[in-house]
Amino acid sequence: METLEQIRDRLLARFPGSAVALIVNLGPAAQHSLLVDGSHGRAVAEFLRDDPALRLEFCSNMSGVDWPAREVVETAVVAAPDPAGGPPRSVEQKVKRLVPGYLEAVYHLFSIELRHGPVVLRLRTANRTDQVTLPSLTPVWRSCEFQEREAFDLFGIIFEGHPDLRRILMWDEFKDHPMRKDYVEPDDYEWEPTPHGDVLAKARKHYPAGAGAPAAAQGEPRP
Amino acid sequence: MSDPAAPPSPPSPPSPPTQAERDELRRHGILLTSLEELYNWGRSHSVWPLQFGLACCAIEMIAASMARFDIARFGSEVFRPSPRQADLLIVSGTVTKKMAPQVVRLWNQMPEPKYCIAMGACAISGGPFKQGYNVLKGIDRYIPVDLYIPGCPPRPEALLHGLMQLQEKIRAQTISGPEAPRHLQAGGAPECAVPDFGAHDLQPPQNPEVWRPPTIIRGGGA
Repeated sequence: METLEQIRDRLLARFPGSAVALIVNLGPAAQHSLLVDGSHGRAVAEFLRDDPALRLEFCSNMSGVDWPAREVVETAVVAAPDPAGGPPRSVEQKVKRLVPGYLEAVYHLFSIELRHGPVVLRLRTANRTDQVTLPSLTPVWRSCEFQEREAFDLFGIIFEGHPDLRRILMWDEFKDHPMRKDYVEPDDYEWEPTPHGDVLAKARKHYPAGAGAPAAAQGEPRP
Repeated sequence: MSDPAAPPSPPSPPSPPTQAERDELRRHGILLTSLEELYNWGRSHSVWPLQFGLACCAIEMIAASMARFDIARFGSEVFRPSPRQADLLIVSGTVTKKMAPQVVRLWNQMPEPKYCIAMGACAISGGPFKQGYNVLKGIDRYIPVDLYIPGCPPRPEALLHGLMQLQEKIRAQTISGPEAPRHLQAGGAPECAVPDFGAHDLQPPQNPEVWRPPTIIRGGGA
């Protein structure tokens, strides 16, 4: 199979105006991926499926990823004028930058016919709140149907063009998206006979005022 | 100080025969029993469970019903596919919040007298999945549970032991008086409220008529 760089270059040549980028995975898995902009997502997917050299006709897995907004510190070298009148000196400046959050839909593609893969395809939303629409790839790979519904349910990604976009795991009246990093689960830890770890922290909110000393409370007789 | 002129006090009712006396009579071919005893004896040996499984505990429940463990020895082999014909609800597995209203509905559809076994850690408390956003932390929040069988999952022998304990419980029930089971009380058995699907959680998150969080007294020099 071609390398991802070659695929990216072919995609850029085939779809002028698209933004296809290579996302490098620095981990030991080294499973690099292709980031495609949402407006060309469907066309790129069809190309990957139908191209005779790729024939990625099987989408084995589709998953959602939540990337909350994060702060990055960048070190920039800027030229500061010398107050004494000499030549400007170069000074390192640390700039804090807020990277806005986004949601990702990740597709793992294989070719059964040509026996290669996976090619990892990513689509990214503009933010995590109001612009969370991505093109659905269910019309391209039928196997995405339930998994896109799951990503819609648990992450809140809206897949445009999905034939049946409903919640699949949670009930229809449910409003939250449980797999998002900022999801707050319902607090039903009022009865924890032997709490420890995270459960202890949650159960402690239900302790009567003044009941402290949780370390000693661990060994108390249970009702 | 007794007055010799006073009429004699009415004789106290005869005390019921002891078990030893009954065994002695049974050896002579005389069976002494009471309606209550006969009724409970019959009920306790034909507890028909609902054919209903939720997770891996259900596999152990199925194993208990098969030849090796053979729940038929205790009269409970007739797993009914309809709640209308079942006496026992074995909640065998993780109850998700999406499934909980259906479990409560099945319980309501079962005719009295009915019993509920919470089988395994999940049905008791949520078990290893209790921190999941969609896991009910114990089915006893919505329906009255008669028996808890710990284990993850409990072995079939544990289920059989639980069933024997349930039979003990059935045999100990009276058919009249304030200790009588729900269906023999005036007014009949109340239905359990089926929770609604809310925007963030089930509404209500527990049925206060059935379950309230026990008060935990935590000492330790607070």
